[in-house]
Amino acid sequence: MTAELYHIGIDIGSTTVKVVVMDEALHLLFKKYQRHHSRARELAADMLLEAKEAVGSHPVTVAFSGSAGLSVAEMTGIPFAQEVFATKTAVDTLLSGIDAVVELGGEDAKILFLTGGTEERMNGSCAGGTGAFIDQMASLLNLSVTELDSLSFQHTQIYNIASRCGVFAKSDIQPLLNQGANKSDVAASIYQAIVNQTIAGLAQGREIKGKVAFLGGPLTFLLGLRQRFVETLKLDKDHAVFPDNAEYYVAMGAALEGKKGDVTDFDSVYKRLTETKANINQVDTLPPLFQNDEEYEEFKARHACHSVEQVNMDDYRGEAFLGVDAGSTTTKCALITPDGKLLYTYYTSNNGDPLTVIREQLKLLYERFGDRIIIKGSAVTGYGEELLKNAFHMDFGIVETVAHYYAARHFEPNVDFIMDIGGQDMKCFKLKNGVVDSILLNEACSSGCGSFIEAFAVALGYPVAEFAALGLQAKHPVNLGSRCTVFMNSSVKQAQKDGAGIDDISAGLSISVVKNAVYKVIRAHHPDELGKNIVVQGGTFLNDAILRAFELEIGRNVTRPAIAGLMGAYGAALYACHKRPEASTLIGPQELEVFVHKAVMSECKGCTNRCKLTINTFGGPEKYISGNRCDKPLGKKALNLPNAYQFKQERLASYRSKGGTRGKIGLPMGLNLYELLPFWFTIFDSLGFEVVVSGPSSRGLYVAGQHTIPSDTVCYPAKLMHGHIEQLLDQGVDTVFYPCMPYNFDEKQGDNHYNCPVVAFYPELIQANVTRLKEIRYLNPYVAPHARKAFTPRFIQWLGETFGIDKKSARAGIDNGYAELAAYQQSVYDYGEKAIAFAKENGRDVIVLAGRPYHADGEINHGMDTLLTSLGLVVISEDCIPPAPQAKVNVLNQWTYHSRLYHAARFVCEHKNMNLVQLVSFGCGLDAITTDEVKDILEQGGKIYTQIKIDEITNLGAAKIRLRSLIEATKDVR
Amino acid sequence: MAKLEYDKNGRLLFTKEMREEYTIFIPMMLPVHMTLLERVLNQAGYHCKLLTSTHSGIVNEGLQNVHNDTCYPALLVIGQMLDAIKNGGYDPHKVALMITQTGGGCRASNYIHLLRKALKNNGMDYIPVISFNLTGMEHNPGFRLNFSLATSMITAVIYADLLMNLGNQLRPYEKNEGETDALIMAWNDKLLQTSMSIFHMKKTMAAICEDFNQIETVQRDKTLVGIVGEIYIKYSPLGNNNLEEFLRREGCEVVIPGLLDFIIFMSDHHIVDSRNFGIKYGKGMLSYLMKRFFIHVQKQMIRAVKRYPRFRPPAYFEDTKKLAGEYLNEGNKMGEGWLLTGEMLELIHSGVKNIVCAQPFGCLPNHIVGKGMIRAIRERNPQANIVAIDYDPGATKINQENRIKLMLSIAREKQKSAAEKTAKKMPVKA
Repeated sequence: MTAELYHIGIDIGSTTVKVVVMDEALHLLFKKYQRHHSRARELAADMLLEAKEAVGSHPVTVAFSGSAGLSVAEMTGIPFAQEVFATKTAVDTLLSGIDAVVELGGEDAKILFLTGGTEERMNGSCAGGTGAFIDQMASLLNLSVTELDSLSFQHTQIYNIASRCGVFAKSDIQPLLNQGANKSDVAASIYQAIVNQTIAGLAQGREIKGKVAFLGGPLTFLLGLRQRFVETLKLDKDHAVFPDNAEYYVAMGAALEGKKGDVTDFDSVYKRLTETKANINQVDTLPPLFQNDEEYEEFKARHACHSVEQVNMDDYRGEAFLGVDAGSTTTKCALITPDGKLLYTYYTSNNGDPLTVIREQLKLLYERFGDRIIIKGSAVTGYGEELLKNAFHMDFGIVETVAHYYAARHFEPNVDFIMDIGGQDMKCFKLKNGVVDSILLNEACSSGCGSFIEAFAVALGYPVAEFAALGLQAKHPVNLGSRCTVFMNSSVKQAQKDGAGIDDISAGLSISVVKNAVYKVIRAHHPDELGKNIVVQGGTFLNDAILRAFELEIGRNVTRPAIAGLMGAYGAALYACHKRPEASTLIGPQELEVFVHKAVMSECKGCTNRCKLTINTFGGPEKYISGNRCDKPLGKKALNLPNAYQFKQERLASYRSKGGTRGKIGLPMGLNLYELLPFWFTIFDSLGFEVVVSGPSSRGLYVAGQHTIPSDTVCYPAKLMHGHIEQLLDQGVDTVFYPCMPYNFDEKQGDNHYNCPVVAFYPELIQANVTRLKEIRYLNPYVAPHARKAFTPRFIQWLGETFGIDKKSARAGIDNGYAELAAYQQSVYDYGEKAIAFAKENGRDVIVLAGRPYHADGEINHGMDTLLTSLGLVVISEDCIPPAPQAKVNVLNQWTYHSRLYHAARFVCEHKNMNLVQLVSFGCGLDAITTDEVKDILEQGGKIYTQIKIDEITNLGAAKIRLRSLIEATKDVR
Repeated sequence: MAKLEYDKNGRLLFTKEMREEYTIFIPMMLPVHMTLLERVLNQAGYHCKLLTSTHSGIVNEGLQNVHNDTCYPALLVIGQMLDAIKNGGYDPHKVALMITQTGGGCRASNYIHLLRKALKNNGMDYIPVISFNLTGMEHNPGFRLNFSLATSMITAVIYADLLMNLGNQLRPYEKNEGETDALIMAWNDKLLQTSMSIFHMKKTMAAICEDFNQIETVQRDKTLVGIVGEIYIKYSPLGNNNLEEFLRREGCEVVIPGLLDFIIFMSDHHIVDSRNFGIKYGKGMLSYLMKRFFIHVQKQMIRAVKRYPRFRPPAYFEDTKKLAGEYLNEGNKMGEGWLLTGEMLELIHSGVKNIVCAQPFGCLPNHIVGKGMIRAIRERNPQANIVAIDYDPGATKINQENRIKLMLSIAREKQKSAAEKTAKKMPVKA
């Protein structure tokens, strides 16, 4: 009797290994699922060995699958089945009647459409992981994944969390936690972000309907995630299929695909797997951090001397000053004597709840003080600044850059460059004559930093300190590049696969963090650009590997204070000491006894933004509201400072038809139509159309159009267009006008007057991707209104052909359009002029909030304009400045909107009370060019360059630090 | 030693002395084309050096010297040049750089400025940069694109297109490994020896086709895969992680549309603008003549290839354009514009249903003409199997290859699915 043929499938994913054995009737004889902590091949071999009993002496076929299985398959010469394909095979064979499959893995997300045109999709390399993403978020919340899952069922509301990539989501979640949001709500919101990402990023306009099977580890184990999918996709019980062994489908698919391959036996498979040498690729390596032990000893000795004198708190009698740094993931306290000696320090992970940490600390301090020590002043800095200041009545809330400067100069009085890498942020600032000269913060995109290394250490199964220590001894650090952390994940995977050791990876990661800081954040070409006396700080620099990598990269020794992780708190304490309030307002021991913190969620009804507010109360009458974008819900009296953004919004909102005889025509309010609304509106309105203008933009509007976005890396303003179109369609508009415009108006400020490719041609993308447009008339002619003489007859003809409008009315309509556009532009210039005059009269500073005309959209700028006015600044926009012939710039100056930026930068340099803040949409390729140039112009004019990257993110925290630092810096100048 | 001379805007010129003394670095793009062009330039009396380096130091140079959000090709081209200056074994004071300049609405037209910025930041602004363009931007006394040189270069591009096209069709099937590439090299020599005159083109192309027809092939089961995309990433092995090589290893016959279509596409711009907007250009007539010439040459090439039924001839420009016209306006001209969409359609129509659409991460025009059109193309061509792959310094080969493998699995299944239809559905009994 010949023994039955068995089929082995091995799925090596990004985080787990799955092994299955099936018999010919497809019974599952063996299955095993285990995390591999990047020991993929070894673990696969071990797990296979466990299957030996199940296989016995049966002949077998075998195949690999999974992202990490590819190279193992190549090494061993065992067949490989691409995982999406394997999934499809498994579903086709094992289930019936399935229309679509959603499969989430450790870092991949896939959708398969099986009926109505088979299609398989995988997430692009930009979309962050899923399973790994949940792990990361759970650790951020200090929960196990299981706890996170069960908490998610208790949610009462869902927050908007950016769903594109993990780094973005993290920067949305952190402030929510710091502001006291419920963990259960956050948990559910994390799940919802994944669901949205899957639908938007993968389905891309194809509806997920019919019978949907959910596969993969996360969807097997996380019931809360399932619930979010089922609810969002509106599936009933019969249509949401959660098959048994859902986490093994790829492995089973591999086993099924393997049937086509050669028959062999267990031992030879095992042998091939264990005996193959891993090293097929040459790992790209870097020089070690230390050439020899002497170098290391010298390094240790050099850094040992930057310490602060400690005084025993229990012996001390007298005044003290308290500094608190409520960072994103950690909370730090420092209590100092008036001469800067340390009485007490505390450093802890805040577990998303800084309030409790500080309350406990204060209690503890008051108990130990007795009547010996009196706190004469207190200051708080960091993400949780406002919450803590309100909760504990601290004397000062200061911006982080100021706190760090106070601390750094204590160690190095001549400090001219400070580099701070914390858990989430990277801050660098240059100092000139004791004044902050320029501030650089990491963009949301590269916010790897400290928590990034920590996450890697944990994922690889090491405590952070041990992980870092390993790196110091690495002989051949792996070259991992210097990009976003999401990419770094795959780089690390690849390096491991290629046989790199943990020590080399640890050192490589440290070097990457440093490179990221030096080349992406600071954008330095030479170490001399940084400064001569550099102080590095932040918890991340306590990692010697990072410190060393930094010194090597910039080729210069730096100062790292022994309290590098506490510098924010220490600086805050020094600040409080320096300011010396008469009497401290800090909460006393008695009040602390009755202190209770309560957070209630609510929605602001002040305007259409409908901000989700968190109202915190602390047992007393005071309350602290967060989540607001303006001062309205706080009941404060608005300053009513000039704000050109608001002016433009209001003025553009006034273009609304009262009805017309020719029927409705819809204009989507964004990109090239935004500034030209007066032009197009007036033409159509005066021709008797009822012009329907879409908007205002909102998160909801974006979500409504999200499913038709084909490219998830395009800028947010472009993505919003999909929502605008959907809104117009929902309003029953039967004609939509959205012209293609390669050329913009020629303001004679540059070498040419193009629009960017996206602004120019997005109407064509809309046509190709919004299926509903087929039901109506969508008009996207190529037009060039800048050439009025050529445009007029052509557009007259077009209006005649399209709507049967006679030439005379058409010409009149077009003339009206030009007149109105000129009037609109003049009104913006006038407003700018008046705003500048107002600022002068009232001694206010002016910020030119420079971007593109469509950045005036509140959903795009996230209320940056009102944030600025609430800080006491007059806001104008780049298009408030009338065009004038320009001096040459060092780049090709060929886009109308971008030429205005250079012009605005020069304009700002000529005015003492002006500064420029550049709004940059994430994914804007052209701004990669403009930012450097604008920066050059400003710096040559003695101004500070401030850039704010915006995306679908609604977190203003980072922007606020930047803006406040800018204000502090300019204050110091005068 | 050549003196440094500047024009009235302060731009460093490439002088006649430099022409004698300096080595001009040319960045790599299409291997077949660039090799031939390098030799054409050297024959005309320049000392050119085509940069063929591909090590990781290039990316690092790029990252350090170019804004990291700028497109990947800029990073690579500039990185490759800086790396060659610093480590190429040349005296930096006797080196000049040559870079193409298109002047379109895409940020790519800024490469030359970013290169100069990078040189300045490295204290190497004594190195002249030569703009290579056909429209007369940035004059240099030491580099004259006179009629004879211009026509030889154009001719070289056209021949290279033909060599690449035929080479790609034969290489996977050749009986004697390496024969195809040897023939390409042989023709390189031959083309340089006989004059590169445009008047012999018809005869020469016929001779090339005849020679390639001599290559013996064997029947092999290959998957046809087309490559389209942003021009640098599409062609340059440095840019696309050696995509062609990978596909060949995976058992594919690679189909890459030639450069000629792109040149015609460029010369079509002014004509289209006039048609769309009524704007008249001074150089309109020149564009028109150039376009006519190239179209004529393309016709000759297609005719030459068509004589051999075993070869798949390139498509006519106007046919490709017509196909794209069903999706996009001809005025969509930034970057690769409608041509990219057209190439995907042309491939599908000529039986190449599997396509890799390659672009730098965040490529602006490709949001629209690449990824933006895939959905519409699939809708009307359900058999199309397209995968869009992004390239940038951080994207790993493993991720890219896994996605391409998915596309290939689908391709192979589609190949097979005609034969075997249904598999039995059985439930799992665990």
